[in-house]
Amino acid sequence: MIRFANPTRFLGLASWLIPVLAGLAATTLAVGLWMVFAVAPADYQQGETVRIMYIHVPAAWLAMGCYTLMALSAIGTLVWRHPLADVSQKAAAPLGAAFTALCLVTGSLWGKPMWGTWWVWDARLTSVLVLFLMYCGVMALWNAIEDPARAGRAVSIITLVGFINIPIVKFSVDWWNTLHQPASVIRLSGPTIDPSMLWPLLVMAVGATLLFIALHLMGMRNEILRRRVRTLGLLAAQREDTAAGLAEAGPTR
Amino acid sequence: MSGLGPHAAYILASYALAAIIVGGLVIHAVLDYRTQRAALQRLEASGTRRRSAGPVTGPQA
Repeated sequence: MIRFANPTRFLGLASWLIPVLAGLAATTLAVGLWMVFAVAPADYQQGETVRIMYIHVPAAWLAMGCYTLMALSAIGTLVWRHPLADVSQKAAAPLGAAFTALCLVTGSLWGKPMWGTWWVWDARLTSVLVLFLMYCGVMALWNAIEDPARAGRAVSIITLVGFINIPIVKFSVDWWNTLHQPASVIRLSGPTIDPSMLWPLLVMAVGATLLFIALHLMGMRNEILRRRVRTLGLLAAQREDTAAGLAEAGPTR
Repeated sequence: MSGLGPHAAYILASYALAAIIVGGLVIHAVLDYRTQRAALQRLEASGTRRRSAGPVTGPQA
């Protein structure tokens, strides 16, 4: 692992890992969608609307998983100042925001026919909205500070402080009386969901996770290239300044 | 549509939104990669190299 934690080696690894992961993600999601629409039954209470769950739940898991990844990367930035750690953080933030937005909107689209409302200010929904706002804040902070190293340290501190929201999101349905149903898959006593619905959900979750990893690697690769472009741009500007200075100094001698 | 019951519009809207978001992320990542790679090649072609990229060759040599 450590051997590949070097930007140049990482680019080499990413160049063959990205197409492999993208192909696996596309295949798994295609199988998952077939299971969702051709195999999984309608729910006895929710009817066909249960099919929204197969994208809502993986999006919710990725929304929380992505922030956890950012928090681990933040530790890598603050403790070891590893060059790939803040690259990982920066590449993860827009993905986390996108999956959190998908989770919120598909939740609303499920809530309207099932609960009779698009939105309620209960603990689960509100804490996920806070998570989305935190992703937006992190992205804004990255763009507000020009120097990537300084931005990385500032974002790391904010990310670690904000990590307190992740257990709140997870346990909000247990700690408070919420309209949102309690956990039915990730539970100490095992899933309460029927296998005919659990398997399509797990296949969709694996497909979405593979897609997330591929997109994260693509984002990291782009960020490494962006930093190289920035460095070379500064070097080119410095060289032009030096040349201009010499040209100006020339005739006066 | 009828196979998805009375709430088909909500189900289809959810999947359409997922497709748009995922498609947007993929297209953005691919276009960003092409932009950065082109900018890097342009700078390297002008003779600007990182110190860690090894000795300068070509026009600067």
